[in-house]
Amino acid sequence: MLDAKIPSGPLAEKWNKHKFDLKLVNPSNKRKYDIIVVGTGLAGASAAASLAELGYNVKAFCFQDSPRRAHSIAAQGGINAAKNYPNDGDSVFRLFYDTIKGGDYRSREGNVYRLAEVSVNIIDQCVAQGVPFAREYGGLLDNRSFGGAQVSRTFYARGQTGQQLLLGAYSALNRQINLGKVKMYTRSEMLDVVTVDGKAQGIITRNLIDGTIESHAGHAVLLCTGGYGNVFYLSTNAMGSNVTAAWRAHKRGAYMANPCYTQIHPTCIPVSGDHQSKLTLMSESLRNDGRVWVPKTKEIAERLRKGEIKAVDLKEDERDYFLERKYPSFGNLVPRDVASRNAKQVCDEGKGVGKTGLAVYLDFADSIKRLGEDTVAAKYGNLFDMYRQITDENPYKLPMRIYPAVHYTMGGLWVDYNLMTSIPGLYALGEANFSDHGANRLGASALMQGLADGYFVIPYTLGDYLAKIGPAPIDANRPEFAKVKSEVEVRVKTLLSLRGNKTVDEYHRDLGKIMWEYCGMSRDEEGLKKAKGMISDLRADFWKNAIVLGDNEEVNQSLEKAGRVADFLELGELMIDDALNRDESCGGHFREEYQTPEGEALRNDDDFAYVAAWAYTGDNMPEELHKEQLEFENVKLTQRSYK
Amino acid sequence: MSGNMNLTLKVWRQKNSSASGKFVTYKAPEISPDMSFLEMLDVVNEGLVKKSEDPIQFDHDCREGICGMCSLVINGEPHGPKRATTTCQLHMRSFNDGDTIVIEPFRAAAFPVVKDLAVNRSAFDRIQQAGGYVSIGTGGVPDANEIAIPKVIADEAFNSATCIGCGACVAACKNASAMLFVSAKISQYAMLPQGQPERYARAEAMVLQMDEEGFGGCTNTYACEAKCPKEIKVTNIARMNREFFNAEFIKG
Ligand SMILES: Cc1cc2nc3c(=O)[nH]c(=O)nc-3n(C[C@H](O)[C@H](O)[C@H](O)COP(=O)(O)OP(=O)(O)OC[C@H]3O[C@@H](n4cnc5c(N)ncnc54)[C@H](O)[C@@H]3O)c2cc1C
Ligand code: SF4
Ligand code: FES
Repeated sequence: MLDAKIPSGPLAEKWNKHKFDLKLVNPSNKRKYDIIVVGTGLAGASAAASLAELGYNVKAFCFQDSPRRAHSIAAQGGINAAKNYPNDGDSVFRLFYDTIKGGDYRSREGNVYRLAEVSVNIIDQCVAQGVPFAREYGGLLDNRSFGGAQVSRTFYARGQTGQQLLLGAYSALNRQINLGKVKMYTRSEMLDVVTVDGKAQGIITRNLIDGTIESHAGHAVLLCTGGYGNVFYLSTNAMGSNVTAAWRAHKRGAYMANPCYTQIHPTCIPVSGDHQSKLTLMSESLRNDGRVWVPKTKEIAERLRKGEIKAVDLKEDERDYFLERKYPSFGNLVPRDVASRNAKQVCDEGKGVGKTGLAVYLDFADSIKRLGEDTVAAKYGNLFDMYRQITDENPYKLPMRIYPAVHYTMGGLWVDYNLMTSIPGLYALGEANFSDHGANRLGASALMQGLADGYFVIPYTLGDYLAKIGPAPIDANRPEFAKVKSEVEVRVKTLLSLRGNKTVDEYHRDLGKIMWEYCGMSRDEEGLKKAKGMISDLRADFWKNAIVLGDNEEVNQSLEKAGRVADFLELGELMIDDALNRDESCGGHFREEYQTPEGEALRNDDDFAYVAAWAYTGDNMPEELHKEQLEFENVKLTQRSYK
Repeated sequence: MSGNMNLTLKVWRQKNSSASGKFVTYKAPEISPDMSFLEMLDVVNEGLVKKSEDPIQFDHDCREGICGMCSLVINGEPHGPKRATTTCQLHMRSFNDGDTIVIEPFRAAAFPVVKDLAVNRSAFDRIQQAGGYVSIGTGGVPDANEIAIPKVIADEAFNSATCIGCGACVAACKNASAMLFVSAKISQYAMLPQGQPERYARAEAMVLQMDEEGFGGCTNTYACEAKCPKEIKVTNIARMNREFFNAEFIKG
């Protein structure tokens, strides 16, 4: 059994007590420590800035040309915090409770409570940085209800919340760069972790401009490298989002937890053709005012698909507002996994719309009638514009067409309460870790978690480890560095020797199709087993027939992509193993075999109330399963009901 | 939606920052009007890779018009022909069958070419590092609702804050001036109460760094505003000039 090191004592006192118990680094010693932060999204930028402020020397890395471009920039809808400004009954406990329940009781009470507790500090911090959150006429901050919450606790900045929060964290990072406390490495990709005597003490990177392979040493390494949704090829993630940093760490001994927990977001613009390179999210906030429906019959759907009639031509009694019908109390605001699965179901029944039949309507006609077009435009204008830009349709006049798409990965590197992975000195923050969202993440909670980890958790927990190992300098000339560096060089060379006949993108698309078909919105044993064989064949084929062009010593997109896809091919197989192992349905993991008579996810708390943490044991060897038992002392496990 | 298009591309190819570059012509056959501009380039690149030819390098990441990573000058216009649109959000339905499309990198002395269509915009980061922040640390800040901010001011600051740092304003300007970008950040902080303590010192530091990076001056042609994908207004530049001018008197 794995020990998550959750502090003892009453839930509400754990974090405070723990902070007191943690060792501190003497202020004059802090400058003797070097910390490596990989990734400058919300988690990485906030961690790098906060640690540098404390006095540590930080080296930060990202693969984009600027830290400001991390994938976090694209988050739209908002960030939760238990401020209870609207006086509508919110509290730290309620945010905690909603998050545990929303995650289908597959997350840790201790972690989630801490997250809810520090959420209030995040908003204060961001406002002090000059983040322009939405405000009311009285000048105070505005809140909205978001993604299934029955209180208004979501702070937002139009549809660009991630952008404004990231620019805030980026500004804090810039200040530390200017002060010389952070050294920033852009267009730099981490390709491996170096461990010395079992502790993480450095990384190997490739300079994406000239190919230089470099060793960087530090007293601790923080991976803030985001999620791995792009294993599905098509997702709402940025094109460059990848699993390489986490996967390389996994192969060096860091456990990968719950890799099969994937969030499929219900409101995305449907796929339009084979050329599609990514999918675009339409923020969940749209479900506050939009109504989801499909035609009542297959026949009407057929005529819509052929373009014989238009959605607006249908009378009320020809429409099925299926979420409102099935879930009268939550209606269109049911959690993401429930909304997605229901959309898939009606499309599988032949009632889908759009040319491909893989879409449902999200209709604003009622809201426009009730609130007026101007009010709707003020709330969602930029999203409507984006939709129009992509589809060439006017959502003020015609209902939007939406379909679920891969959006977020709840799984990730296993970490304990201190955010440390199973490798001492190696930490994972933000979407890269698995920690707080269980089997399904609530809307507006990823931004909260990334910033909680970076601003308010790691500055405390890292100090404890550093104090224990002491400030003696870490030497990048040790043989351990040379060894890993040469392994990285060999891998690069091997990739560059592939001159087959199939492009890396073709492999990526093939992998994505397998994952989406068999390990997507619903899974079953037979399909998963089939997929496992398919992926292992695809991987073998990749290492024979992929085309990887050019040299190491140049800007080489072919090589960059190949390295990332090679890692996705390995991760895909582990996701399948994890989904096969989990003989229950929970949150985003829906196994056909395990459902209630109404078709809802059926958990098996007796056998599966644990975190599945997988240990790498060698190439082509089965991974070893370690379990972390989840203890629930403050909430009662119930069947989630949104009726 | 009409049928697919056959296009001719004239693309700037340049191996690295020190090599000299040239235009190379490629065919882009069977392009669907529903594709984005970058998806069209993906298709061309996949064809090149199949022929063992070096694919065209261009910067991109979010493909949602928010990260500011994509660039390109398309037929002489940064981010292409559509108003308020980044290259990644531009769709091929804006073009016609048989068109020849000229694709170049953003050109400015302060944005050296990295490879082909990708340029180095780190000068923008250095300007932000010079003063684009409020000097507070993590923790110990007042409650978020302690200071009320009139909605009009908050909204106006927000408008300035939406800059994505793409650099199209520089590429559009015959002087390669970065004033729209720099003024947007200076304005955001100048309007908000949190930005007041360092208001003038910030304006001065950022403007000096901008000059140091080798960006040109502003001669009021407003080409920047016209090509800015986020419709940042030139009124920000007027505000910046005022802030900088005041900074000379009020050191604070
Ligand atoms: C379209 C969209 C909308 C969203 N909207 C919301 C929302 O409204 N509310 C919400 O709470 N959440 C939202 N999310 C989720 C949320 O945005 C992400 O989970 C979160 O931003 C992840 O932040 P992060 O810091 O963990 O990682 P990221 O922002 O993904 O940053 C990863 C960083 O790691 C670097 N990196 C990765 N690999 C390497 C490597 N090998 N070497 C060097 N550097 C590397 C990258 O350069 C980058 O800097 C949304 C997500 C999407 C896709
Ligand atoms: S001002 Fe406009 S054009 Fe210039 S960097 Fe910002 S968003 Fe781009
Ligand atoms: S790719 Fe992000 S703005 Fe175009």
